[in-house]
Amino acid sequence: MALTQADIDRELTDSRAAYDKARADGAPAADHPARDFAPYRSSLLRHPKQPLVAVQGDPETVELHTPVFGHTDITDVDNDLTIQHQGEPLGERITVSGRLLDSGGRPVRGQLIELWQANAAGRYAHLRDQHPAPLDPNFTGVGRTLTGDDGSYSFTTIKPGAYPWRNHENAWRPAHLHFSLFGTAFTQRLITQMYFPGDPLFVYDPILQSVTDESARQRLVATYDHALSQPEWSLGYRWDIVLDGPSATWIEEGR
Amino acid sequence: MTQLSPTPSHTVGPFYGYALPFPGGGDLAPAGHPDTITVHGRVHDGEGAPRPGRPGRAVAGGPGRLAVRRARIDAAPTRGTGDSPGATASTSTFSAASPPTPTAHWSARTLRPGAPAAPYISVCVHARGLLHHLYTRLYFPENARLNAADPLLAALDPARRETLVATAEPQPGTYRFDIRLQGEGETVFLEFR
Repeated sequence: MALTQADIDRELTDSRAAYDKARADGAPAADHPARDFAPYRSSLLRHPKQPLVAVQGDPETVELHTPVFGHTDITDVDNDLTIQHQGEPLGERITVSGRLLDSGGRPVRGQLIELWQANAAGRYAHLRDQHPAPLDPNFTGVGRTLTGDDGSYSFTTIKPGAYPWRNHENAWRPAHLHFSLFGTAFTQRLITQMYFPGDPLFVYDPILQSVTDESARQRLVATYDHALSQPEWSLGYRWDIVLDGPSATWIEEGR
Repeated sequence: MTQLSPTPSHTVGPFYGYALPFPGGGDLAPAGHPDTITVHGRVHDGEGAPRPGRPGRAVAGGPGRLAVRRARIDAAPTRGTGDSPGATASTSTFSAASPPTPTAHWSARTLRPGAPAAPYISVCVHARGLLHHLYTRLYFPENARLNAADPLLAALDPARRETLVATAEPQPGTYRFDIRLQGEGETVFLEFR
């Protein structure tokens, strides 16, 4: 029998209750999702069962380096997803702006940010996306940029649509943008998704709800910022991104 | 000092294949460099044994496992390169993205990381179904003495240690490194403190 939303809702309620109890018993806040999160069915066979092995912060062995991208890798207009084709894409034009920071609040400068997303109808320009919604010949949904000296970034794009998926019966993903981020150390790598405020699908989505900590979940939701909206042109959202670490060990190494 | 809470991780999802791989993203060593190596392999998920009531179900990727059809691999050699330890920052750090092939095979051509300590390549795995990426390391099989002295390898149970050591292929400078997310032969994954 197919899993229903009610089945998933029960599991999500149980996972939240278990997390709240653990917190009440003194467990630290969980910033990231557990890799073993049954309501997201694809995680069942794709999480290690053995515990992770800790690598202590020895400067000789830590993964100090990170991929290096430069201005030859991208062009100045790669952060505008609305001008990649002959015509304008359909949908609500938006800008998404913010800063890339490390956990000390310092800007991560000159690093690559990659963005990909569905079109306004909720369809990816990907061969295997078979959702029966129209493709937009004027929208691919891929952008790149490098952060500025203050860690800032900005993308112009269109607001993606929600779309169905096959985790369970009548499963829908809330509208989201995929982000890929690099820090100054390999251990700061992050791939995540940004959501739009007030989406009624949040509570039904096992991927967003895999982040069981309420305040951590809120950090995935952008803020509508009217000051960022441009008259007669676009709506503005603000979303700052904070990477893990780097640990104190390599800050002392002369960053 | 300010201490900000990190932005939570999410899965890379199934549809990044047209977005993340760079042209030549797996070709990391400078063209014509004399000491390049090729590392390649597959990513497998957990038990793929036929389920009760579904005899004869085909399983991709070999007995007992399902190959992950799309996995992004980020990698960075550490401890310098064979020719110049000082050159690491600009020439030997990279992101190698597996193109989204149906066979789940990834590969990268890079510089051989250098001694004196046991050289390795840092590897980061992203996949649909994986809510938070996983780190591991690829060590080289010909460095038995250096590997034995490596603090991480030395601390592991011998059977698990093998999951971090690539296999040399008949072609010189070519190494096979399969990653198993779950089950028998599960790869050792790392956390950094």
